[in-house]
Parts: sequence; structure tokens; C-alpha cells
Amino acid sequence: MAKVTIDGITIEVPDGTTILQAARMIGGDVVPPAMCYYSKLETSGGYCRTCIVKVTKGSEKDPRPMPKPVASCRTTVMDGMVVENTVSPDLLEARKGVVEFLLINHPLDCPICDQAGECHLQDLSYEHGLAKSRYEFKRREFEQIDIGEKIKLHMNRCILCYRCVKVADQLCDGRVHGVINRGDVAEISTYISNAVENDFSGNMIDVCPVGALTDRTFRFKSRVWFTKPMDAHRDCKKCSGKVALWMSGNEVLRVTGRKDRYGELESFICNDCRYEKKNTTDWNIEGPRNIERHSVISQNHYMSLRQLKIDVSKQKELAEKAHRDKQNTQ
Amino acid sequence: MSRKILLKHIDVPGIRGLKAYRENGGYQALEKALKSMKPDEVTEEVKKSGLRGRGGAGFPAGMKWSFIAKPEGVPRYLVCNADESEPGTFKDRYLMSHLPHALIEGMIVSSFALGANTSYIYIRGEMLYVYHILEEAIAEAYEAGLLGKNILGSGFSLDLYVHPGGGAYICGEETALIESLEGKRGNPRIKPPFPAVKGVWGCPTVVNNVETIASVPHIVNMGGDEYAKIGIGKSTGTKLISACGHINKPGVYEIELGLPAEEFLYSDNYCGGIRNGKKLKAVVAGGSSVPILPGELFLKTANGEPRLMSYESLADGGFASGTMLGSGGFIVMDEDTSIVKNLWNFTRFYHHESCGQCSPCREGTGWMEKLLHKFLDGHATIEDIDLLWDIQSKIEGKTICPLGDAAAWPVASAIRHFRSEFEEYVKNPHSIKDVKHYFRINNLVEQ
Ligand SMILES: Cc1cc2nc3c(=O)[nH]c(=O)nc-3n(C[C@H](O)[C@H](O)[C@H](O)COP(=O)(O)O)c2cc1C
Ligand code: SF4
Ligand code: SF4
Ligand code: FES
Repeated sequence: MAKVTIDGITIEVPDGTTILQAARMIGGDVVPPAMCYYSKLETSGGYCRTCIVKVTKGSEKDPRPMPKPVASCRTTVMDGMVVENTVSPDLLEARKGVVEFLLINHPLDCPICDQAGECHLQDLSYEHGLAKSRYEFKRREFEQIDIGEKIKLHMNRCILCYRCVKVADQLCDGRVHGVINRGDVAEISTYISNAVENDFSGNMIDVCPVGALTDRTFRFKSRVWFTKPMDAHRDCKKCSGKVALWMSGNEVLRVTGRKDRYGELESFICNDCRYEKKNTTDWNIEGPRNIERHSVISQNHYMSLRQLKIDVSKQKELAEKAHRDKQNTQ
Repeated sequence: MSRKILLKHIDVPGIRGLKAYRENGGYQALEKALKSMKPDEVTEEVKKSGLRGRGGAGFPAGMKWSFIAKPEGVPRYLVCNADESEPGTFKDRYLMSHLPHALIEGMIVSSFALGANTSYIYIRGEMLYVYHILEEAIAEAYEAGLLGKNILGSGFSLDLYVHPGGGAYICGEETALIESLEGKRGNPRIKPPFPAVKGVWGCPTVVNNVETIASVPHIVNMGGDEYAKIGIGKSTGTKLISACGHINKPGVYEIELGLPAEEFLYSDNYCGGIRNGKKLKAVVAGGSSVPILPGELFLKTANGEPRLMSYESLADGGFASGTMLGSGGFIVMDEDTSIVKNLWNFTRFYHHESCGQCSPCREGTGWMEKLLHKFLDGHATIEDIDLLWDIQSKIEGKTICPLGDAAAWPVASAIRHFRSEFEEYVKNPHSIKDVKHYFRINNLVEQ
């Protein structure tokens, strides 16, 4: 076991735990944002650099601070380590820099992006970014590609987190999906435009933190926050069969895996469950799904429906008051 | 201070071949090591010699060797980094193309010390002719029983392969090199684990520069203590410097570390001074990645002491007023050089060579290049100087591999020492319209 202190909170964790995992065990504000790490995919993490933290004391044995910020998702804790995340202004400034880098070439086409509302880049820029971009040049552009019948790739929106590449590597056999070219023209691609036909390839959509990989069977059907998530399951020979249904009335608009508050799937699901089972009769519906996230997607979260109603009526009151004030002054 | 070790026999006719190389003392170190020394004793001599890595970072070679993990039944590998692509650096190419056997002998002796039975030379793809020279020399060595099974009857066996890269600067970074060698995309690995624990094919591996490895036979021959007497302080031995830019005598020079910088720049034995009688403006002392210094700060440290060509003296003053010996790529700029245009060109290189794995380097290098181009176009504002400074500071130290730093340092140092020139581009864009020259990177650039 190792004792680690993050932003003044000490916790004891098993050896080999990363700083990020330790922070998640503490929970709350000390958890660094993670755009590329995915605990269920081996060798993920280290790319995006949003999860950087400052190590002010290496360990009990070697108390020297680490000279540079480290990626918390790929750095294991040492006994006696002291980590600064939200308490270090320098670090927050550095993270702002990373967020800015992720956004300079991003098209910011949220109004027409299916991911809007459940996008981790939206949350990230809202929580950690600058209010205004300092980038004045043309953003890079790629053609949209259909990866097989079910997946759409909008490379413009990709942040090169490599999660989908790891899915292709680790879940699908005969990998045909990867990265070509380098630097800021590197792109996700399939080997000579081979479609990705594989029982588990649909998980790429779920691991993608942005709207670069979207479900073509759901494309433009609805904004996610207008759909209602339900936990459901079925007997499936290929996967756990435990999914989230995104419904509008009695219609199943989309099927995804069940994601936790960090956007990670509880278990990967197969393409049959994802694409072929769009009737309520295919499923045993367990009940409404609670979404614990900051973003718009949790607007439809049933537990807080009452709160939402109160908020809305408050806003209404304010708007009416403003209207009255305006009339009065006229 | 004109001691020659590595290049001593470079002018001997036919030295590229095995016969002439042997007649001039070649492969004596190999015989000595295999017949009278234990592997650890070779490592011990290298440790004593104080030899530091010649690839850029200057990490002590003997220490690196002693870190290699030795789990039972797992092979170990030695990889020679011959990817030399840092702008301004061309010393390894020179050494390999003239003295291929010097590298091969170094590879055999070093592999013996490390207990490696398979070793690789990863050579930059564009140097195809050097690849052929090495292949030829390796064939000669196999023929003579210097490679293969049971070398010189010692029981030690070694297979040596040359692997040409695909032409990416990033494949010079040791873990990207290993990925590429394994046939994968040349992305740097996230460390730890370091190559000493998990390198080629997941086995313990040492990666060393060409010049580092070629120095090992000389250390074995003269003994580590004797080698340590050459040079100055912790900068032991001799170093190859590839000198280029606006000097009278560009070329590759072997210097004893500690040579006064002024002597190296102005003496007729070396660079021979600035060409066309011009004045010195700036020096990039160790390859395009290291901080640029104004002429005066290159010749004398901030304390007014004469600068020496050594790891310590060049670094004197930190990044505020010093630089690094780096890989020994020595670039000299005369008074007519545009620092901003030159910087744009360097930055363009790093933008082009970023592997694209981590966001600060992937996005930041391109942004800096575009901003610098704005200066050249005459559209930049004073705020752009600060923005450029801010971007480089947000790349430095936040990336997976040091290419991010290598892209940030030239920008930081140019602004630090030549801010007024950036301001001139803002205030008076037209006065600089007919700019002058800058250091060009091969065919990357149309002027
Ligand atoms: C972007 C980048 C490019 C590099 N290119 C080279 C190179 O071409 N040759 C080289 O010897 N080292 C290069 N290095 C340094 C290597 O990673 C490594 O430190 C070196 O090969 C170790 O050898 P040494 O200890 O003998 O210097 C490069 C490093 C980086 C970050
Ligand atoms: S497509 Fe999505 S999952 Fe794949 S690398 Fe890009 S952002 Fe990551
Ligand atoms: S710093 Fe640049 S070259 Fe190095 S891993 Fe990151 S993106 Fe690739
Ligand atoms: S989550 Fe750690 S670097 Fe991306």
C-alpha cells in the first residue's frame, strides 16, 4: 500500500495505482480531467496531457519534486507522494494551455454535432478553458468518412486520443483501423478504406470523447438531451447484454453501453445489441438511468427533474420580472 | 588541444575497407576485450572514462550500461542510433561513411560488454549510400570472423543488422526508434518503462549514438583512466563538431573538449572565422534544438569568462545566458542573418516532424509556425511576440518526448536575446522586406 496526498487529502491505495485512479478514489474536485485515458483499454492515456498534475514530493524515500508536470493517468503513486492539482495556479494555467491546444483546430460545430450535450471536450473547455480563443488562423479540415455502414468519422473533430485505435487493437480481430500521417495532419483511418466489420467495432463510438465517431443509425435523430436514458438488458451470446437505451416516447433511438461519470463503459457491448435491437420488445427495461455528469446530458436525469422544474420556473420568474421592469421604464 | 582519436586515420587511403582499418590499429580493442577482459570489466572502463552520450543529452554512457536489466533467460539488445537528422548535425554520417569499421568494432565491443547477441544500427533512411557502405563493411567483418558465431574463438557470438528508417526526425528519439525498428509507427513510447528495462521486443536495451559507440574501442585500448585525462572536468574525451553556416571552413572537426570557443570559431585549424569579413551575429552551438546565443554571449559567459567547448561551459548561465553542447551541430550566423526568418524555418521543421501524439506539440508547433510567418508577412503585432512566448512556455515540459522542448527552446531563446528584432518586424515591416539569408534546411525550404 502507498500513501498519497492530493490537494491536501491523503488516501492509502494499493501499489501500482496511478495518481489519476487515486484521485478518482477520493472523488470530487481533485480528480483531473482525462480525455484519452480509459481504464478498460490497455496502454491508453498519456496523449492528451489534460490530466497533468504537479508532484511536489516524489516519495518518502526520494522527496525531490518532479521537475515537470506529469500525466497523472500514466504515473504510479509512490509512498509519501504529494500531488498538487487544483491548488496550484501554475498547473491550472498549464492545463488551460492544453485545453487551448485541443481547441485551436477543433471546428466548434456543436450546433450540428450529434455528440453535443454528452461531449467531454465541451465539458473540458467549459470547466478548464479560456473564454476566448487566441487562434486566428484557418483550422485544418478533413473530408468526412463512413467507416462501414454504421460509423461516421468526422476527423475535424478528433482530438487523437487513440482510444478508438486501442478498441480496434484490443477488441476487434484483424485490425484495420489506426492512425496515418503525422503531426497536426495525422488522421484516424482504416486500412485502404476497409470498412470496420467486427462484432465489437461499435465500441469505438462509445469511447470517442468527442463527436469524431458517431453512430450513423442515430445521426441527426435527436439532440441527446431530449432523449431519456433507460437501463436495459437482454440475453446476448456475444456480450453482457447490459446497455443504455436512449428513448423518445416508446421509440428506442439509440443503444449504447452504460457509461460511468468519467464516460467509461461498464462493459463493452456487441454490434448486435447496439445496432439491431431497436424495439422495446427486444429488451428487459430496468428503469431510468441516472447520469452523473456536469453536462447538458444530465438535464434529463430523472432524479433532478424536480430541481430542473424549480430552476425553470425561477428563470421564468426572472424573465417576467425583467420584462415588467422594461415596461415600467418605458 | 588538437588531439585526434576518432578521426586519426580518416585520411589513410582505403580506410573504409577492413584491410587498411586493421593495418592502422583497427580491431585491436576487440581482441583485447574478447581475449583478456570480462564484459563487466569493459563496462567498468567505460564508466571510468567518463564518456558521455554524444547524441544530445550527454548522459554518462557507462552509467547507462550499468542500468540495463539482466533477467535470467531474456535477451538484451544494443541499438545504435544513426538516425542523425537534427538540422546542423552531420557528424555521424561523416564518421560512418569514412570509417564504417570504427562503428562496427564499437558495436561488437559494446555488445560484448552488455551481453547482447543481436544488435542493430538504425540508420536514417535518406542516408542510403551510407547504409550500403555499412552493409559492405559488415559483410567483410563476417567474412573475417569478426561477426557471427564464436568471434575470434572467444565463444561470444553477435549478429549485427543495419535497419534504414523511413525518413522521420522523430525516429531519432530512442523509443520512437525502437517502435520503428519493430516495424510499427514511429511514435515515442510513454516512459517509464525505460529501454533499459523494456526496449526492443520488450527486452532490456541500450540505445547509444554512433559517436558514443565508436569511442568505446579507443577507451578499451587506452584504458578508461587515460581517456578521462583528455578533455576538461566532466567533459572527457574528444567530440565531433559539424560546423556550418557563415564560416570560412564548414566541415566536421574533432576537438578535445574544453577547446576555447573563440579558437574553434576563428582559428584556421577549425572554422576559420566568419566568411566575407562579416561580423558574427549569433551561434546555435549544438544543433537546431538548443538555445541560440548572440555572438558575445557565445564567446564569453555572462560573468565575462571565456566560453569553452564543453558540456559545462556552454551550459553556464542556464537558459538565461547559456545553451547546450547538444549533438555538436554548430551553426554560425553573420550580421546579415534574419533571426526571425531563421526561427520560422526551424519552427517549420519541428511542426513538420512532430509525430502528433500529444496535444501541446501537435497543435503548438503549427501555431508557432503560423505566427512567425505573420511576422515575415509584416502583419504581426507586438502582442504576437507575447503570444509566441506564451505558446512555447505551454509546450515546454508538457509533452511525451523532448521534441516539444526542442521546438520550444529556439523560440524562447530567440525572443529572449533578439526581442528588438521581432519588434522591428512589427514596426517597420518594409525595411526588412529584402531579407538576407537564414540557415536553410536541405530541401525543406524554397526561399
Ligand atoms: C526528437 C529527437 C530526435 C533525436 N535524434 C537523435 C539522433 O538522430 N541521433 C542520436 O544519437 N540521438 C538522437 N536523439 C537522442 C536519443 O533519444 C537518445 O538520447 C540518444 O540516442 C542516446 O544516445 P547517447 O546516450 O549515446 O547520446 C533524439 C532525441 C529526440 C527527442
Ligand atoms: S476518433 Fe474519437 S476516439 Fe478516435 S482518436 Fe479521435 S477523438 Fe479519439
Ligand atoms: S512531443 Fe511531439 S514528437 Fe514527441 S510524442 Fe509528443 S507529439 Fe510526438
Ligand atoms: S488522460 Fe492522461 S494524458 Fe490524456
